[in-house]
Order: sequence, then C-alpha cells, then structure tokens
Amino acid sequence: MRLLNRTAGRLSRHRRGPLAGLAVLLLGLLISGSLYTAFAPAQAQSQASETEKIAQGKELFLASCAFCHGKNGEGIPTVRPGYQIGPPLVGTGAAAVDFQVGTGRMPMAAPGQQAPRKAVAFSDDEVDALAAYVASLGPGPAIPNESDYSIEGLSEEERQEAISRGGQIFLTNCTACHNFNGAGGAMPRGGYAPTLHGVEGKYIYEALLTGPQQMPTFSNGNLSPDEKRDVIAYLGSLEDAPEVAGFTLGGYGPVGEGLFVWVLGIGGLVGAAVWIASHTTRTTKSKVES
Amino acid sequence: MSNDNSSIEPTSGGGDSHLPERVEADPIADPGLPPHKWRPTDVDPKAERRAERQIAAMFIGAMVMAVLFVVSYFTFSVGDSWDTIGGLGASTVTLGVTLGLTLLLIGTAIIHLARKLMADAEMVEMRHPAASPQEDRDATVAALNAGLDESGIGRRPLVRNTMFGAIGVGLGLPSVVLLRDLAPGDQLDISKLAKTIWAPGMRLVRDVVGTPILASEIEVGDLINGAPEAMFPTEENGYPELHGAQEQIDKAKGAIIIVRMDPDDITPLKGREKWTVDGIICYSKICTHVGCPISLYERTTHHVLCPCHQSTFDLADHAKVIFGPAARPLPQLPIAVDEEGYLVAQSDFTEPIGASYWEREKQ
Repeated sequence: MRLLNRTAGRLSRHRRGPLAGLAVLLLGLLISGSLYTAFAPAQAQSQASETEKIAQGKELFLASCAFCHGKNGEGIPTVRPGYQIGPPLVGTGAAAVDFQVGTGRMPMAAPGQQAPRKAVAFSDDEVDALAAYVASLGPGPAIPNESDYSIEGLSEEERQEAISRGGQIFLTNCTACHNFNGAGGAMPRGGYAPTLHGVEGKYIYEALLTGPQQMPTFSNGNLSPDEKRDVIAYLGSLEDAPEVAGFTLGGYGPVGEGLFVWVLGIGGLVGAAVWIASHTTRTTKSKVES
Repeated sequence: MSNDNSSIEPTSGGGDSHLPERVEADPIADPGLPPHKWRPTDVDPKAERRAERQIAAMFIGAMVMAVLFVVSYFTFSVGDSWDTIGGLGASTVTLGVTLGLTLLLIGTAIIHLARKLMADAEMVEMRHPAASPQEDRDATVAALNAGLDESGIGRRPLVRNTMFGAIGVGLGLPSVVLLRDLAPGDQLDISKLAKTIWAPGMRLVRDVVGTPILASEIEVGDLINGAPEAMFPTEENGYPELHGAQEQIDKAKGAIIIVRMDPDDITPLKGREKWTVDGIICYSKICTHVGCPISLYERTTHHVLCPCHQSTFDLADHAKVIFGPAARPLPQLPIAVDEEGYLVAQSDFTEPIGASYWEREKQ
C-alpha cells in the first residue's frame, strides 16, 4: 500500500513539471493521428482492394490449387463414382480456405487419406486472397471474428459456466473421434482425427463450421455460435489444467499406457530379475584363515 | 562328497520295463564341484566394510524417503487448487516417487546384502522320490475303504442316490431362483426391451443442451448427437420429471444420431421412404452388437463406426452393417417436422434398439 502511494506521489510530482503539458499534448496528437490512419483510409482501401484481392487469389489458385480442384474450383472427379481428386470448392467459403491453407493442410504434399498439418505455404495476405477468391465462387461460412471464439469479454463466473458447458458438449459431440482430452485418434482406412492441443481457437471454430476432410460439420443450426465458443473455451482450459495424476503419456488412453507398462514396466522387471540372478564378482584370491 | 551315486536307492515297486536296465555306476566319473571361488567381500575386509556401508546407506535412504513421503503428503495441496511441479500434480508425483524409492531401496539393499555378505557356499541337496512311502499310501487307501464300508453308502444305493439328489436340488434350486430375483420384478417383462421413451410427436433435441432442432437450420454434412425431448422436462413441454434408474434407462435407450446428407445419396429401405426430412435421417445411437454409443461419423462416406469392436454402418443405406461383428442395422427413427418446423418423431422405434437378446425375434 505504501509502495503504491509513493508511486502515485512521484507521478503527480512529474505531472506538475513544466514540460508535462507539452508531453500530454504531443501524446494526444499522436494517438488521434494514428487512430485516424488506422481506420479512416483503411476502409476506403479495403473496398477498393476487394476485387484486387479476388484477382490475386485467382492467380494463386490457378497456380497452386487448380490441378486438383479444377480451374474454377468445380472439383475433379475420378472414374470411380463418388471419389474425386479434389472436391468442388463452390460454397465452402472463406473459413474453409483459412483453415485448410492457414494450417498448411492445403496444398497437400501428396494425395492420401489424411491431409496433415504442416508448414504453411502462403503468407497471411496470400491466404486472405485465396479465401476471398473461393468465397466469391459461392456463399459459404466466413472467417470468424475473435469475439466469436474467445471468452475474453466474459466475467469470471460466465467463463467458468462456459467451460463446464463446453466440456459437456465436447464429451457428447467430439470425443468419439478426438479422444476424451482432445489428443486425437485413429480413423478408418489409415486416417486420423488430429490432436486439438495447441490448435488456435480460430481454426477449431472454422473446422466446426466447415467440416474438414471426414469431419462432420457443426453448422450454427447444429451447435450455436455460443456453444462452439464454449467448446473452444473448454479445450483452452484443458491446456492450462495441470496433469494432476502425473504423466499422461500423450493422453491416448489404453494403447499408449499399455505399451508403456508392457515394454518399460515388464521390461524393467525382467532386467531386475536378471540382475538379481546374475553372478557376483569373484576373486582369484583364497580366503586367509584367521 | 563321494563320487559314486550307488547310495541312492532305486524306488520301490519299479516295474518300468520300458526303461533301460539300471547301471551300477556312471560310465563317466562325476567330476564333483569345481573349487569354490571367493567373492572380494569374503577375502578383503575393506571390501566387506564397503559393502556394509553401501547396504546401510540404502536402508537409511529408504527411511529418508519415507519421511519425505509424509512431508510431501502434508505439504502439497490437492483438490481445487493443485500445487504443480513442471505441469504435473506435485502431490501425486512426490508421493509416488518417495514411496517408490522407499520400497526400491529396501529391496535393493536386501538383494545387495544377499549377494555380497550372506554366506556363499555351494550346497548339494539330494532329491528324494516324489511319492509317499508305500506303507503310507496303503494305510490311506485302507482308511478310506474302511470309512466307505462303515458308512454303508456302497451297500445302500437308495441312501447314496437320495443324498446326491438332496445336495444337487437343495443347493442348486434355491440359488437359481434367487439369481432370477436379482432382476427387479418389472424388468422381467421383456416386452419393455422393445420400447423406448420415443412417442409420436416428441421433439428431437440436442443432447446435453436440450434445445429443439429446426430442420431448416441443419446443413448437409451436419452430425447432431440427439436425445428425446422428454429427457429435458420443462413446464412448457409438460413432460414429467424422470428419476433414478428409469431416467438412466430412458436416456440410454433414447439416444440418437441425426445427420443430414444429400437426399439423392439416401437409398431408403422399402416402406421407409417417408421416414426422413429432406435428407435429414435419424438412427439409434446404440450399436446393435453389444450396445456401445456410437457417433464416430465420416461425413464423406456416410459411415458411422463403433469404437468398441469396429462395427461400421452405412447411414445412407438404412445403416446396414458393412464391417464388423454387429448382426443388424441400426434401428431408424421415423421423423417429420411439426408446424413450427422442428424435428419430431413419427413414432417409437419400430424394432428393439441395442444388442440382441433371445426373445428379440419373437416380438
């Protein structure tokens, strides 16, 4: 308390200084000026550049995506009915592009059952341009705002409620594939549901909206935006929570734990048994009778 | 020790004619035991004292760990606010490590003691025949026969048979009847197995949150884990409150999955053409193999997979089994929309949900 008072006192002493008025004036000018440059021209510019963005996105699309998804994003089927080299992108929206390209899943390195998360191939601006182009092909879910998937604006009590409700929704809807603590799991024919640990809230929200790869969608008519936000809050709380029971071994459940026990646990016991039964050091000296 | 083994008596009553004849002495002389080699601790007093100190240090270490166990038991807080060490629960880790080391150090010290300091000399123990001496065996058989003879069971078959009967019926019958009573009376009525809480006009709601589902808001590719509205009674919907076992039973049996796919993808079974709403199709969530809840759904293939035994159902084709041990398709819930546009059930399931049972086909 005393420390606080002293600091406040020091501040007010400076406030009375001869240069204080000038400093406040300069600061005010700086803030209003930067606010103006941040907002006013930006709007005009963004409207003007929307078509440019789409044009830039189309260029990128033709170079990097059209081989599988078709020159107009119409998709390319294979001769087997129901199978495709790349699915049509009309109506998948900006959210799908931001998820797939923003997490590095697209462009795929090779065709296969799984599109794994990897290093992102495009800059943020290029991802935006691609998203704008694909969104222009047909109406689809837009990239969510931070307020959609963040619980920052809520009170402490509301946050706790959101986390516990999100936990229930997660356990009902998501654990079948993503495991009880979101560590992911195996899927049919060599695919897998990826881990949700360390995945940004925006990408989880986009995945729920768009259903990447095999995942079913959780549109706003299925899980309301608030329910999606709660699920993301629950997943965030899992990352903060301590592992009270010790090592989780990746959280994969019986498979990982069984492997650990059978290999290291039983292996250690066998090693100990071998050590107990092994010969002790012997010497060539004979005992001196005393 | 002597080098010949002629002192070992052959076992009595040896009529083993298939064995080769016994030879009096081994053709190769038994070389006996090699000369004993001493351990360093046996011949060097310094090594002996060092081993002593090592063993004592391990025992002291075990005591220290036991004290630390008690200290950490009282030091670290658990419950709502766990103390942590490197992201792990401090209490669990320290209790485990200290108690584990206590036991490990005691064990290691004892083994070290046995290997370094305990007497170390080769011993020879001669085997003896595994069977009891012949006179003991004869005496036992005689005693048994005498007992049988005195009880007269052998001579009185009526007594013997009724005794066995009384043991079988007297112990077996009551336990069978009592086991039957372990099932509560009202559940012996197996016709209940064929029914769930679903009823005509009951709304389909989202599980956990209990909100009704507007058919127009569901998009192609959506998967909804659903429940009957009666599981979420409010004053508005007027369903009675459910309690205890009945609530759990209704909840387990009423669980559903709702998916929407392109209507052209669906191949309806004959008579089920009107059971869907514009590509929205609803099935029991309970696997028909042994009743695990399933919702591992692949949007692109319309397959739903049971995590327990990998039974796979094709939801686009009346949920027929395409892989795994399940014998029957998932029961389909006929659905419609009410005047407000919410999804409702047309009726209960038309067949028993979940795992098979003996009387299933008769119902």
